[in-house]
Amino acid sequence: MLAIVTLAFLLVIVTLIPNIAPGDPARKIAGGTASPERLIEVTESLGLRDSVATQLWKLVKSVGTLNFGDSFSVAKGEPVMSLVWTALGNSAKLVMLSLIVIVPLSILGGLITAYKKDTWIDRTIINVGIAFSAIPDFVAGVFLLAFLAVPVDFFKVQAAAPPGSSYLTQIQHLLLPVIAVLMVYFGYIARVTRAGTITALDSDYTRTAFMRGLSTPDVFRKHIARNALQPTVAVLGTQLGYLFGGMVALERVFGYQGVGNLILRAVDRADYPVLRAGVLAVAIIYMLATLSADLLVAYMNPRARQSLGDN
Amino acid sequence: MTVTESHTPEPADPSEHAALAIDGLEMSYIVRGKPRKILRGVSFEVRPGEAYGLVGESGCGKSTTAYAALRYLPGNGVIDAGRVLSGGEELTAMSASQLREFRAQRASMVFQDPVQAVNPVLKIGTQVAEAFQVMGQSKSEARVSALAALERVRIAAPESVMERYPHQLSGGMLQRVVIAMGLACDPNLLVLDEPTTGLDATVEAEVLDLVRDLRSELNSAILLIAHNLGVIRTMCDRVGVMYAGRIVEEGTVAEVFDNPSHPYTKGLLNSIPRRGLRKTDRELFAIPGSAPPIGADLPFCTYIDRCPIATDICRSAVPPIVDRSDGHWTRCHHADRIGDVPEPDEVTVPYDIGTEQVIGVEGVSKTFRQRGHEVPALVGVDLGFAEGETLGLVGESGSGKSTLAKTMLGVHAPDEGGAITLRGRKMADKATSRVTESVRAISMVFQNPDSALNRAWTVRRILQRSVVKLTGIKGAAADKRVEEIAEAMQLSPRHLDMRPRQLSGGLKQRVAIARAFAGDPEVVVCDEPTSALDVSVQAAILNLLARLQNEERSSYMFISHDIGVVRYLADRIAVMYLGRIMEIGSTATMFDGTNHPYTEALLSAVPNVDGVAEDRIPLTGSIPSPANPPPGCVFHTRCHRAIAGLCEVTVPEMVELSPGHSIKCHLTVEQLQEPIDVDASIISAEAAALLD
Amino acid sequence: MTSSQPPTETPAADPVEDAKPAAAAPIAEGKKQIRKEQLRVLYTSPGFIVGVLIVGFWILASVLPGVLTSFDPKEFVEAGPRVKPGSEAWLGTDKNGWDVYTRVIYGARKILTIAPISTAVAIMVGTFLGLIMGYYKGWVDEILSRVIEAILSIPIILMAIVIIFTFGRSTTVIIGTIAVLFVPAITRTIRSAAIAESDLDYVMSAKMRGESGFFIVTREILPNVVGLVVVEGTVRLGYAIFTYTTLAFLGFVGGNITDADWGIDVSQNYEQIARDIWWPSIFPAAAIASLVIGVNLIADSIDKAVKS
Repeated sequence: MLAIVTLAFLLVIVTLIPNIAPGDPARKIAGGTASPERLIEVTESLGLRDSVATQLWKLVKSVGTLNFGDSFSVAKGEPVMSLVWTALGNSAKLVMLSLIVIVPLSILGGLITAYKKDTWIDRTIINVGIAFSAIPDFVAGVFLLAFLAVPVDFFKVQAAAPPGSSYLTQIQHLLLPVIAVLMVYFGYIARVTRAGTITALDSDYTRTAFMRGLSTPDVFRKHIARNALQPTVAVLGTQLGYLFGGMVALERVFGYQGVGNLILRAVDRADYPVLRAGVLAVAIIYMLATLSADLLVAYMNPRARQSLGDN
Repeated sequence: MTVTESHTPEPADPSEHAALAIDGLEMSYIVRGKPRKILRGVSFEVRPGEAYGLVGESGCGKSTTAYAALRYLPGNGVIDAGRVLSGGEELTAMSASQLREFRAQRASMVFQDPVQAVNPVLKIGTQVAEAFQVMGQSKSEARVSALAALERVRIAAPESVMERYPHQLSGGMLQRVVIAMGLACDPNLLVLDEPTTGLDATVEAEVLDLVRDLRSELNSAILLIAHNLGVIRTMCDRVGVMYAGRIVEEGTVAEVFDNPSHPYTKGLLNSIPRRGLRKTDRELFAIPGSAPPIGADLPFCTYIDRCPIATDICRSAVPPIVDRSDGHWTRCHHADRIGDVPEPDEVTVPYDIGTEQVIGVEGVSKTFRQRGHEVPALVGVDLGFAEGETLGLVGESGSGKSTLAKTMLGVHAPDEGGAITLRGRKMADKATSRVTESVRAISMVFQNPDSALNRAWTVRRILQRSVVKLTGIKGAAADKRVEEIAEAMQLSPRHLDMRPRQLSGGLKQRVAIARAFAGDPEVVVCDEPTSALDVSVQAAILNLLARLQNEERSSYMFISHDIGVVRYLADRIAVMYLGRIMEIGSTATMFDGTNHPYTEALLSAVPNVDGVAEDRIPLTGSIPSPANPPPGCVFHTRCHRAIAGLCEVTVPEMVELSPGHSIKCHLTVEQLQEPIDVDASIISAEAAALLD
Repeated sequence: MTSSQPPTETPAADPVEDAKPAAAAPIAEGKKQIRKEQLRVLYTSPGFIVGVLIVGFWILASVLPGVLTSFDPKEFVEAGPRVKPGSEAWLGTDKNGWDVYTRVIYGARKILTIAPISTAVAIMVGTFLGLIMGYYKGWVDEILSRVIEAILSIPIILMAIVIIFTFGRSTTVIIGTIAVLFVPAITRTIRSAAIAESDLDYVMSAKMRGESGFFIVTREILPNVVGLVVVEGTVRLGYAIFTYTTLAFLGFVGGNITDADWGIDVSQNYEQIARDIWWPSIFPAAAIASLVIGVNLIADSIDKAVKS
């Protein structure tokens, strides 16, 4: 329900962009030397002659039919959706591979630091993690380029493997961006896991479990995990959405054609249809990701299940 | 700085057979790298089948002792000396796997808050069955055992309860489940750490009844930790009184409670109203000072700074154990001088109650709207407050006591037709639209001073704001008034420049009371003002409230779950149920034996510190939802005297039994006085069936 | 001898109760005692000291770059272009023959102007909105919560690109964009704190005293969330630096690509890393990393001190 409201709000913003932008959007696309006829033609094809309400309605229809027309300048004449699908596919590869690496590592980090709370292990892992997560992704990427890609031949400067490469080669090419993403996210997710685990460890039900004679691994497996990881799941949901669209700079460092990069190019060339479709795609993925996370938390926690039903 | 001292003399060697023997246990918590002593040599034993109580105020080390009984130490806890034994085996020497085995097979612990003690994400059945699985039963065996275990704790329809999640059960039900899990291994030793704190009195009584019944079925020894002296008295055979990490007195409950031999025990017992004591009889005894901080170096009597009969010798050595009678001993240098401990002051000033009604609550109803449903939280409440009068308000949680308070203070507007009046004139509904005269007429003291005082403000600012806002006094005059009020609350001037977190609980509550009196109110609503405090601090607050009332001539609406305290302080008592006043009368008439059945049940639920528990009238089930009140008399669903065909149909009118004593009930005085005979266990089982 | 059990927090009521100062001890202290205690925790924390040293250095660089270098950021130094770090040029020279060290020093100014200003604006607006929404709740809160949700559903960088593209690449637009995009997260934090405060009885007490909503929000609640506001502000400052440098790297901060700006310098030079000319991009990147880490160290220490 709420997601629909949020989406509606975004549709309005996205519609308004070319209308409130200073200067003539048609001139931005057609270029400064374009003839007046050309300008009119572009304005018309952008739909900017219509009232804002009509534009909004057209956009809603576009979302409904998944048809945003053709690209103007990013890839002239190509259907916008085919550009978006390609970019989404690329982003999905990067995101999935990142998750496969990040999730187990950072959850493990969180569990260990919670269990070893206030020891040097805890402080080291958490402080290093926080320090790395403060660094912008492109800075991490540039460091990796200089200190891994150049001296070690195994690591590739370009994240995109040559066309037709095997999966392993593709993964090999994606390794550096994945490491960069890991640097940015590890500390954050580990810290959330740590906090959840400490709360669970400190609870009476955990104490009851220990008092019952359960071994430490059993207590973790049966009692702590499902309680402690709820915040982690929720955070992963929101971050998954950000991973799809937020890695603009990182994609650029490694020359990767993800969604972020597509939107960046659309902005550079004032390609409104691509821009709109790209932004909405990112928003919809964010919503789907948070929704799945909510459902997963509800599966883990019967009380959350109840409140989810209330909405 | 290790304190060496003689241990409990009897028996010299911890018994082979004791279910639990703690022998000279000394423990510390490491705080910022430094050890802080929490237990200073604790020795006692719990024999098989015996119930042993540990009583003491917060911080005395009783919970630490309870955890130590199963060798569960917090991360920063260390055992400095001493041993913990069970059945002759030394827990303190066990390996991790031996210890697990011991916990799985021979000992159990029940925690204070049942809601916290069960895993919120697992079904009840899974959790109860797990207790059997750790003992080696298979999944299906464990399930059968779990069902039997739930039946044993008088849970009706256990199959359905097994399929539920913790949040779907009431607190009382959950505590039964926790007890069922604790009893899974048929333990030799069951440790109960404040098992009923936080539960309503009626639920508390149910849980205590259950434990008492189970004791006869099992042969487990019980170690019961409680700060409520009544609970210990009614549940235990023997009791140890703890103070600052030592047991200062031990004996049978009757001996210790009726013939206390340590100045601390005596002070503790004198600080609560016993045997129907009233504010007009004498003050409560407030133990002066505060307990020594954790970690203090105390190679002598720990109670010295607060003891009225201490002499130089008390500061020179740890007091010896002095036998009083068989099995009753005290750790005091002056055990023979216990009679010198002064009794609390007699009250000489007469309490004078005005005749004119100052504040009136007239036909007040309050209906909340929740998702389109009407939820009547208050229904037709009529109350009057005379000058200098205390009206005690009792009832289970959810009965509408706090809503009434908030409506009186203008947080909620009453429904159309009801009014709060000041000397007969109607006040505006909301505080923001009330004239200053009305706003200052009613003030409130909250339960929890930590929440009630703005922690960013100094005490001075807190008081000043109320003075300025409510009396209009400004500048130097306001400063002076603040200092006067503070002095009346026995707050010293240096307290004025502190912030709440720098003050102890008792001092914070004094500040809250001072604020309530800043506007010279007609009625002060006291919402459980002492329930967050230790009994010795509670005594000082109650004394202060009684004294202030006499000096300031204000009225109190005193909300409390502690019937003893209400009886001590109140002139009249009103009993609320589902937003309705069910009974109201003078304190004397409320305790003369003729009551509304609800009041009757409430009164019988109180664990009595003066003697053995009387037969309790159990309340079936929990309070119905106000959104969906039962037809007829709202209490008929839980009433042990309900008349079929009448009570569930007709709403009873308020009937005056004697001048000033009215009840809302269809029964006659004769019917109400008939003795009743209820089989507690059957009723409890029915109670359990009513799930929240 | 210690238990075989995992370390947990203190289990019982006892130690928690005892952790509270006994009445006698702290009473003698003055009213500033708590603040002093917190400040002492802050000043003695190594993280804070390191953070202040790092941030202090960059503040010095942004205020008085001439003290730290004698070159001009666009001055063709004698050593010539693409010189490795060494005695001729400490951190080498870039493809234009400009001194990398000098450019790093001069690059601090713009970021240390834009990031703090936009953070300050965002904190003020966010605190105001958060307090209002948290205290009054109701339909204003409902609507604003949806707007916040919508903005948060798009990654900040993406949203920033779109806004800057729409309104142009002036400094004002950049400050405004970062501020606007930070308001939702700040509002959300302050709002939940304000809700928690509103549930406390001191607010109830103020209502019962007939205090106005304005008084309750500004005098009663605000002082209790100031610590949180400071922490949030420092954390957001770190993110503002993050965001600004990323925008600069992507070429969205206007100005000239020859301006001394860490993000721009990284973007102009990182492609040469493949040809082993790493210094013109790595040193500005390291500058960015050091500044955000410094700010985060400070934020973390303040957070701990506030909670102590």
